[in-house]
Amino acid sequence: MSFFQNTRTVLKSLFSRPATLMYPAKPAKKTPLTRGHVTINPAGCITCRTCQRKCPTQAISVEVKEKTWQIDNMRCVVCAVCVDTCPTKCLTMDTQYRPAMTARGGIETYTVAGPRKKEPVAAPADGTKPAAEKKE
Amino acid sequence: MSKQITVPFGPQHPVLPEPLHLDLVLEDELVVDVIPTIGYVHRGLEKLVEKREFTEYVFIAERICGICSFIHSQTYVQGIEAIMGLEVPERAQYLRTIWGEYSRLHSHLLWLGLFADSMGFESVFMNAWRLREHILDDLEATTGGRVIQGVCKVGGVRKDITPEKLDEMIRGLKSMEHELQDLTNVFLHDSSMQHRLKGIGVLNKEDAYYLGAVGPTARGSGLPIDIRETGYGALGKINFKPVVEHGGDSYARCAVRAKEMFTSIDIIEQCIRKIPDGPVDMKVTGAPDGEYFSRTEQPRGEVLHYIKGNGKKNLVRHRVRTPTFTNIPPLVKILKGCQLADVPVIVLSIDPCIGCAER
Repeated sequence: MSFFQNTRTVLKSLFSRPATLMYPAKPAKKTPLTRGHVTINPAGCITCRTCQRKCPTQAISVEVKEKTWQIDNMRCVVCAVCVDTCPTKCLTMDTQYRPAMTARGGIETYTVAGPRKKEPVAAPADGTKPAAEKKE
Repeated sequence: MSKQITVPFGPQHPVLPEPLHLDLVLEDELVVDVIPTIGYVHRGLEKLVEKREFTEYVFIAERICGICSFIHSQTYVQGIEAIMGLEVPERAQYLRTIWGEYSRLHSHLLWLGLFADSMGFESVFMNAWRLREHILDDLEATTGGRVIQGVCKVGGVRKDITPEKLDEMIRGLKSMEHELQDLTNVFLHDSSMQHRLKGIGVLNKEDAYYLGAVGPTARGSGLPIDIRETGYGALGKINFKPVVEHGGDSYARCAVRAKEMFTSIDIIEQCIRKIPDGPVDMKVTGAPDGEYFSRTEQPRGEVLHYIKGNGKKNLVRHRVRTPTFTNIPPLVKILKGCQLADVPVIVLSIDPCIGCAER
C-alpha cells in the first residue's frame, strides 16, 4: 500500500499532453502504407479489365468500347487488390480517406487512354522500312 | 415460490453493443432461466463462397469479424494451403504469427475496456483504449489497415516488415509493458473490481468441458485448451505456456485475458528475434480439390473453418464455427442462479462477438 498514489497520477495527468488528437485542427494520423482510396492515372490504363475481375466487391467496371473506367466508392472496401494486380501500375493507393458521401454520389467515371497502339511492334517495322528505302 | 416474470435483455441494450437477445426468467431479482436468441445480423457470408474466386474470398473471410479479422483470414488461408499442399515461406509464417498476436493484444485491450465500462469504471475504459491505440498504430504502419488488415493471401502475405520497423515494434511493446502492468493491477487487485467479479458467474470444470466452452472461458475454469499449442504458423518454434486459472468465475476469466496479453508480447518478441530472411509469398497455380478443417486460436477461443473445393475456382462449401457460438451454452448455464444486476458483467465476461457468431 503506497501513499500519495493518487496525487502522483493527478500530477502526471496534469503535466502530460492529451492522448487524443485534436482532429479537425490537426490532420489525422497516416502512414505510407495507409489504404485511403484508389486513384487512377487515366493515361496509363489499357482497359485490360484485370482490376474488374479481381475486385472482391465488384466495385470497378471497365467499358472497353467506350474507354471508361468506373469505380463505385460505396462498394469499394479499399483492399488494394486492383493496385497490386494492375499490369501498367496506373492504379495507386492514396493515403487520404474519402469524406463521407451518399449512395448517389459514390460513383466516379474516368475516360482512359485505352489499349496502346502497337508501337513496340511498329518500331522494328520502322527500322526495316528505312533499310528497305535505302535499298531502293 | 414467488411469481415468475420475463425480462427481455437486448438486442439493443446500453452495456451490450451487439445484438444478442436474452429472455431472462426472473423470480424477484434471481435469474432462474435464460433463453438466448441470435439471428439479428446474419449476412450470408458463407454462401458468397460460390460467387467469388477462392483467392478473393480471403477478404470476405476477413470481414466475418471486425476484431479478430486477421486470424479469420489466416485460418481460411491455412485451410486452402493445406488442401493444395503449399509450403508457405517461413518468413510469411512468422509475420502471420506476429500480426495474429497483435490482433489478440488489441482485442484483449478492447475487451478489458468494455468490461470496465460495463461496471461503470470509466477511467480504466479510457486508459485501456489509449493503450490499444499504440497497437493499432503499429498494425496500420505495417499492414495499411487499423482493424481490417488485408495482408493475408493464399501462399503467403502481401506486405513485408523491414528489420528497422521490427526493432521499433519490439521497443514500443517493451515500453508499453509497464503501463499494461499498471492496467492489469487494477483488474486483479482493485477491491471494488473484486467485489463485482469474485464468486460471480461460476462455471466449473466439468460443465465447461461438456458444454463446449473454448478460449478464455474454458481456461478460466481450469481447462488447459489452447489451439496455439498445436503449433500452427510459426508457433511450433516458440516457447510459451497457455494461461490457466482455476476459479471459474468472472474474475478468473478476466485474469486469463489480462495475463494473456503478456504471453502475446512474449510470443511477438520471440518471433521478431527468430524471424528468418527470405521471400514472403509464393506463386499459386491451380485450385483446391478436397476438404479440410482448419483450426486456430482467436482472442475469444477456437475458431474452425471447414473448406471444401472441387478443383474449380469457386469453393463448394465454407463453414465457420466461431468461439462465441460455442460459448453461448456455457453462458446460459452461468446465468442461471445469478442476480439481475450481475447479468451485464457476466455476459461480457465471455467476450461475446455476435457479428462473428452469425456471419
